[in-house]
Amino acid sequence: MILVWLIVIPAAGGLLSWLTQRVSPAWPKYVAFTAMAADLIVAACLAAFRPGATEFMVPWIPQFGIDFYLACDGLSLVLVLLTAFLGLMAVASAWTEIRDRTGFFYFNLLLTLSGITGVFLALDLFLFYFFWEVMLIPMYFIIALWGHENRVYASYKFFLFTQASGLLMFVAILALYFLHGQNTGHYTFNYTQLLGTRLSPAAAMLIMLGFLIAFAVKLPSIPFHSWLPDAHTEAPTAGSVILAGLLLKTGAYGILRFVLPLFATAVHHFAPVAMALGVASILYGALQAFGQRDLKRMIAYTSVSHMGFVLLGAFAWNRLALYGVVMQILCHGISTGALFILVGGLQERLHTRDIDLMGGLWAAMPRMGGAMMLFAMASLGLPGLGNFIGEFLVLLGVFEVSPVLAVLASLGFITACVYSVWIVQRTIQGPNAQEWKSPDLCGRETAVMAAMSVLILWLGLYPRPVFTAVAPYVENLRAPVVVSQALRGESP
Amino acid sequence: MLELLWVIPALPFAGSLLLALAGRRLPRGAIASIGAGSVGLSALITGLVAAGFLSASASGGFSYTQTLWRWLDIATFRPSISFYLDPLSLVMILVITFVSFLIHLYSTEFMVGDEDYSRFFAEMNLFVGSMLTLVLADNFLLLYLGWEGVGLCSYLLIGFWYREPQNGYAARKAFVVTRVGDTALAIALFLIFTHLGTLRIQEVMLRARHAWPTGSALATLTALLLLGGAVGKSAQLPLQTWLPDAMAGPTPVSALIHAATMVTAGVYLIARTNVLFMLSPAAMGVVAVIGAATLLLAGFSGLVQHDIKRVLAYSTISQIGYMFLALGAGAWSAAIFHFMTHAFFKALLFLGAGCVILAQDQEHDMFKMGGLRKEMPLVFWTFLIAGCSLSAVPLVTAGFYSKDMIIWKAYSSTLGGFWLWAAAICGALLTSLYTFRMVVLTFFGPLRKRATKLPGWRMSVPLVVLAVLSIAGGLVNFPKNLGGNSALSTFLTGVLPSFVTAPGRAEREGLFGIFSGCVSLGGILLIVLFMRSRKYEHIAESAPGRALHHFWFTGWAFDRFYDLVLVHPYAMLARINRGDIIDYFYTGIAWLGRQSWRGLTATENGRVRSFVLGIAVGAAVLIGLAVFL
Repeated sequence: MILVWLIVIPAAGGLLSWLTQRVSPAWPKYVAFTAMAADLIVAACLAAFRPGATEFMVPWIPQFGIDFYLACDGLSLVLVLLTAFLGLMAVASAWTEIRDRTGFFYFNLLLTLSGITGVFLALDLFLFYFFWEVMLIPMYFIIALWGHENRVYASYKFFLFTQASGLLMFVAILALYFLHGQNTGHYTFNYTQLLGTRLSPAAAMLIMLGFLIAFAVKLPSIPFHSWLPDAHTEAPTAGSVILAGLLLKTGAYGILRFVLPLFATAVHHFAPVAMALGVASILYGALQAFGQRDLKRMIAYTSVSHMGFVLLGAFAWNRLALYGVVMQILCHGISTGALFILVGGLQERLHTRDIDLMGGLWAAMPRMGGAMMLFAMASLGLPGLGNFIGEFLVLLGVFEVSPVLAVLASLGFITACVYSVWIVQRTIQGPNAQEWKSPDLCGRETAVMAAMSVLILWLGLYPRPVFTAVAPYVENLRAPVVVSQALRGESP
Repeated sequence: MLELLWVIPALPFAGSLLLALAGRRLPRGAIASIGAGSVGLSALITGLVAAGFLSASASGGFSYTQTLWRWLDIATFRPSISFYLDPLSLVMILVITFVSFLIHLYSTEFMVGDEDYSRFFAEMNLFVGSMLTLVLADNFLLLYLGWEGVGLCSYLLIGFWYREPQNGYAARKAFVVTRVGDTALAIALFLIFTHLGTLRIQEVMLRARHAWPTGSALATLTALLLLGGAVGKSAQLPLQTWLPDAMAGPTPVSALIHAATMVTAGVYLIARTNVLFMLSPAAMGVVAVIGAATLLLAGFSGLVQHDIKRVLAYSTISQIGYMFLALGAGAWSAAIFHFMTHAFFKALLFLGAGCVILAQDQEHDMFKMGGLRKEMPLVFWTFLIAGCSLSAVPLVTAGFYSKDMIIWKAYSSTLGGFWLWAAAICGALLTSLYTFRMVVLTFFGPLRKRATKLPGWRMSVPLVVLAVLSIAGGLVNFPKNLGGNSALSTFLTGVLPSFVTAPGRAEREGLFGIFSGCVSLGGILLIVLFMRSRKYEHIAESAPGRALHHFWFTGWAFDRFYDLVLVHPYAMLARINRGDIIDYFYTGIAWLGRQSWRGLTATENGRVRSFVLGIAVGAAVLIGLAVFL
């Protein structure tokens, strides 16, 4: 039941916050903040008292074999915790930025968060798809209504990319549903029952690609990434935080939860292509980030680069790489989320995102400068901060599988260094040519940055709790490799 | 005593954290106390630990490991936050903490007028902590943490005065160029773990010795990748270009990071992984050749610089070249010996240069200085002592004993030979030339500009202490012909492989020593006479002289080459593709959709004529298809 609470609390909080707007426009943010704080507490309780897997299942539409089936293992748990934490941070970062229709804004924000939580918990494929849509539409509104100059274009693009790829996934889900039904006579969307579905290699490959493309769009991997710079740039700060910190992670989660376990053989056949795409994303994203003038676009492209490690590591299907992928997911969520919050803060103060107009802000805003430096360093994978653990483990794992790809991907260390120090240079360093005199981070922003800094440092120096939590998932996942190798031996 | 080991790096880290969080609210005195005090305390504890270590290691072959916590724990990949103390790391931490403390003390006065006083000490402390972590690390992953940490601090401190765009450029260049080396190091770690199954350094050495035969391809590849990391941090060919620009940072930074400690990390890494290098004679050869080539190249460049700090920068590159040469020749303890003496005299040179620059109102150009000998006698005498030590003036300086040992061993080693020796001896000549060119330009000749500020006690004490060490530091090890004392070499046996003399080259050490001594003295004499005769300017003004001058001045055109081949193409590609070529595919689809919509709406124009035409054409096409298919 606690799992249902995790989904209901944000949704109900969002609704309540919409309603309280009638009382006073100042209320919604407090309601939203309280709701997310409660959500975080519930998630923390779940982590503290129920460290093992938790389930909740009631039949939903039994005629079609659809259940309301939620389950939380270590992988879901860490992602739910990330969702609650970043949700709270996002609410705090929207505090002064959003001034009109605040109630409706927080309703959309919290509904998205609720949908994301659902995605991380649902183990019924129909339910999964339902939540997949739930998180999409409010996010579309957030971009379209509260975004910046080019918001309409960006929101359309976001919607079309996600919706088209989502439909592809739905077709794949249905195909899996019917094939499983034909094989066994038992039609169900239940993930655990679909796990053992025997598919012909061609069918497995096609269905796998249906899932994978949907997730690769979300991730995003090149060549499906081009919605991301627009959406991230045009979204308001809280939207960017959720997009980069959580929505992208649903793609990563989808690969880990569905693509790998359901289609082990197809994954093995497709691995070289996917891994190559991962490496290409790492390098291309970094190059693109370096070339941008718009600070938010820059950071958006760094996401492409960082999520390349996820694709690379997931398809390497190696224990170290998989642990690295989970770590990368968490740390990228925190570090990029923090960078978007900082940039949002800058935009609120300077009313521009153009790096040509920035510079020399360190003296005026020492706290912001320090935070910017810290998270830029996290972004370039400085040891001691969490991102390093993720990237290092991914590369270490990949090296066992394919040294060449690992070496190419580790060039990403250099390119990440190039764009990170460039971000630092163009914002807080250099001459303050425009003579900006802006207030430093306020108490609320400082608290947000402090929480995120502590977390990223903790994950960098003592990441073992995360690994302990996800160990059952990773260790179980390794089993199908043997099966798939056997299958490959049997069928040509 | 030994249990205090963890405190040594922890203190500077704590100081850094404290200053970063609360520094702006603290008065300058408190900042100085925290900044210099944490490092000073760390140096004291290092002394205690050293005493404990010496009493415990009386029997020899002793080492001490202290594990704080397990960092990661994934199947067989279980690196922990552990420190490992053996004679090699002990020598390193002694030098690092002690020299760092002196430089911190100096900085409390040097930086006193700076608005970012607390940030400076926060970053300096962070650097010391990282450097100590690097040398104390028990496993490669922790070493890598320290390795990247010093890189970060170097970046932060080079760009300390961030408002000047060229400082930012120098800082970025240092970070990115060293990161190229760091990436090679990371790949080496992947390789080591994949093939040897552990990252614990001692365990790796043990397993490598069993698993890899001498000369095996894997050993060579690993050693070369480690070397890649080492040349990045230690500014050796081909990644040396960042160091001269790194002089953009405040002078104490140059003294600490870019002379005494960080840049020797590469030397430490190779010494630490000596087993891997010993397994690969080819890699050893590469190390020696890189060292020899770098020491010459940098020596020539040092000869033509105008900026006093750039002379010292090239000198650092060149002296580390000597250390690499020693490593490559198998003269392991000689490299560490030279690291130690170099830390003393080069730190002193930089600190002296800092005093000069401060006294000349931030003037760096030596040609605008002169005659400061009488103006600032203390700085002059200490600078002269350090200069003599750098030039390896025989018998009285520490630099002579360490450098002579390298020069001799470059010849007498089984891995050495005439050419390495010749490079080393030419380098010795160059060292004397550029050093005393600098001394003469700065301190002799007519007085150009009066010294406006003389160092106070916090700046003078480090100068004096380092001057004493630049002379007495050689006593820990000197050749048998002069009585013989091999305390340092003996202390390091067991950690570092013993030196192997080539057959037939064991004799004549004394003769070689006398020769190299004469070369360094001759170099000094030569440059002093030369400068006095003013022929220097004639040669520099002639056309070939000017071309060569420019070529050396710009560091053998490496920068131009890298800009042309790597930097500009990358930047251009990023700029051209700002709009993202992949997006054109999707916008192309959208455009196509809109065009077809436009095309189709054009047909719905409400005119019967065009509808009839449409029907007729359609019918014709259909009939045509039916007939022909």
